[in-house]
Amino acid sequence: MRELDRLRNVMRRDQVFDFVQEKRLPFSAGRHSVTPGELDISHGTILYVENISVSFDGFKALNDLTLYINDGELRCIIGPNGAGKTTMMDVITGKTRPDSGVAYFGQTMDLTCMSEYEIAHAGIGRKFQKPTIFPFHTIFQNLELAMAADKRVWPTLFASLNGEQRERIADVMEIIGLQDMRGQEATSLSHGQKQWLEIGMLLMQNPRLLLVDEPVAGMTHQEMDKTAELLTRLAGDHSIVVVEHDMDFVRSIAETVTVLHEGSVLAEGTMQEMQTDPRVKEVYLGE
Amino acid sequence: MAHQSLVLTMMKNDKGGITLLSILLALIILVPSLNLFVAHDSVFHITTYTLTLLGKYLCFALLAVALDLVWGYCGILSLGHGAFFALGGYAMGMYLMRQIGDRGVYGNPELPDFMVFLNWSELPWYWQGFDMFWFAMLMVILVPGLLAFVFGWLAFRSRVTGVYLSIMTQALTYALLLAFFRNEMGFGGNNGLTDFKDILGFNLQAGSTRAVIFIASALALAFGYLICRYIVTSKLGRVVIAIRDAEDRTRFIGYKVESFKLWVFVVSAVLAGIAGALYVPQVGIINPGEFSPLNSIELVVWVAVGGRATLYGAALGAVAVNYGKTYFTAALPELWLFALGALFIVVTVFMPKGLVGLWKQINKKQTKGPASDSSKAIQQGDD
Repeated sequence: MRELDRLRNVMRRDQVFDFVQEKRLPFSAGRHSVTPGELDISHGTILYVENISVSFDGFKALNDLTLYINDGELRCIIGPNGAGKTTMMDVITGKTRPDSGVAYFGQTMDLTCMSEYEIAHAGIGRKFQKPTIFPFHTIFQNLELAMAADKRVWPTLFASLNGEQRERIADVMEIIGLQDMRGQEATSLSHGQKQWLEIGMLLMQNPRLLLVDEPVAGMTHQEMDKTAELLTRLAGDHSIVVVEHDMDFVRSIAETVTVLHEGSVLAEGTMQEMQTDPRVKEVYLGE
Repeated sequence: MAHQSLVLTMMKNDKGGITLLSILLALIILVPSLNLFVAHDSVFHITTYTLTLLGKYLCFALLAVALDLVWGYCGILSLGHGAFFALGGYAMGMYLMRQIGDRGVYGNPELPDFMVFLNWSELPWYWQGFDMFWFAMLMVILVPGLLAFVFGWLAFRSRVTGVYLSIMTQALTYALLLAFFRNEMGFGGNNGLTDFKDILGFNLQAGSTRAVIFIASALALAFGYLICRYIVTSKLGRVVIAIRDAEDRTRFIGYKVESFKLWVFVVSAVLAGIAGALYVPQVGIINPGEFSPLNSIELVVWVAVGGRATLYGAALGAVAVNYGKTYFTAALPELWLFALGALFIVVTVFMPKGLVGLWKQINKKQTKGPASDSSKAIQQGDD
């Protein structure tokens, strides 16, 4: 299969031949770009986004965006509407292909030539802006479906749960605080609970990197506090990128904040630095 | 024993399915015996006409179950499932044509009548092998399966969904309709294939042969139901429902959505083909009319009337609507299409969950207890 992929890569029509192209591998060169399942984070950086540009009908959604996420870090990304936050997530998860630039997961995995499910298998989980769960499945089944397993067709047809997997599901239900509702259909959950369930589904995939898009939109203050606690607890074992509008929430969890503006990074630093930065004030906080 | 316990766990919580299978068992025993062994003047006698009619309904029910698998569970509204049914039917029809041998009007031992009529001198390559029953049965499965595979692979890979996919399936069946109308295709043109004599050496007109085909149809429906039920209660079934409800989410938790859709689509097409193959010897003809887009739309109405995502509801809907059709087209032939249209509107507006949903609602009101809500088709013990 790898040979086939290589051939396909050579034949891609949206770029010149591989061997003509100047390779811009970050740090370690020489290894093949797609090695799913072998996450190499020996340099301490889990995600490299370098010089990514994406345009839709002439509108530059991302403009030469460069961003690095360290292993185990909890990073908040803020920015006004249209700053390219969601597009950035689309690029990282394979939903949108960049016009130029590279995105690497660890040292070896080129995300720009992997498909959505390959990226999910490699260890990147994504939570959507709108809570997206399976409404007519129970909480238990939602988590079961998300669980890291052989996700090809035939093995799925004959799959059954073993004790270890049940325990894992129970553990995650406890982490997200929904252990008393395992048999309930997800459609009956409150908005906040749905958000937690979705985070739980990400956890079931054993991801190394979590992309969380607006986790507290529409939440009450108690729910927000609980979410902040949940995310800070998960950081360390996982690297987390949170895109959020709510400044109070960002202030309560952020170690490092990146401000996006018009598709590229405007500033990066602690929340305090950001609040005093005149450029940030101008485009975002000052209004 | 292992198989038995598998069936038992699968059918747990499936009252509708158990009812369906029990009815089928009763039909298998009662209908042929009342037809063959009860005197003609007895009130309990079932005529061969009724037996064949019931057999037809069973084939339609299997077709409806197949559609329910892709529409009710996977959310793929195929408006071209009649095509797979007709292709299965044509494969069976070709076998039955070859069985006629030299008893045709022109007495040609090799060529079917319509080929002699067209002055063809030899059998086209794609008619080879159809004199063997096993080969024809293999084609009943392979031809619809392969078409579904190619069509589905192209469509799902390009992420064609929703109404666009429905229109494409409609175009597919219409294109096949036009193709099969052409004499040059070698499938009998607009007359189709007919004038069948034997199946496996048994006279098709004989009551006993009819009874056996009836039993085969009932068994096919039972097995088709069990296969679909196994699929929808497996983890794959839950993935498929997940695709229906939140396709992107399913993709981002690591499932290759296209493969799952394709798999279900092909399974469904194969079941539809089997239904078509059992249908043809009972009605005695297969012509391009079976490809008509209207048939496929009617099929969708059966499933909607019965109740989507229940499987047994689809079977119920197919029988109910077809009984209505048999009655109306005899009593008030001009009114049937109006009745069909009205039925579709009434079902979509007033009972979106079909007859099954209506029955459950009534049942709930009567008991008024905290009855375990089984209105959603996906409930099944997760552990």
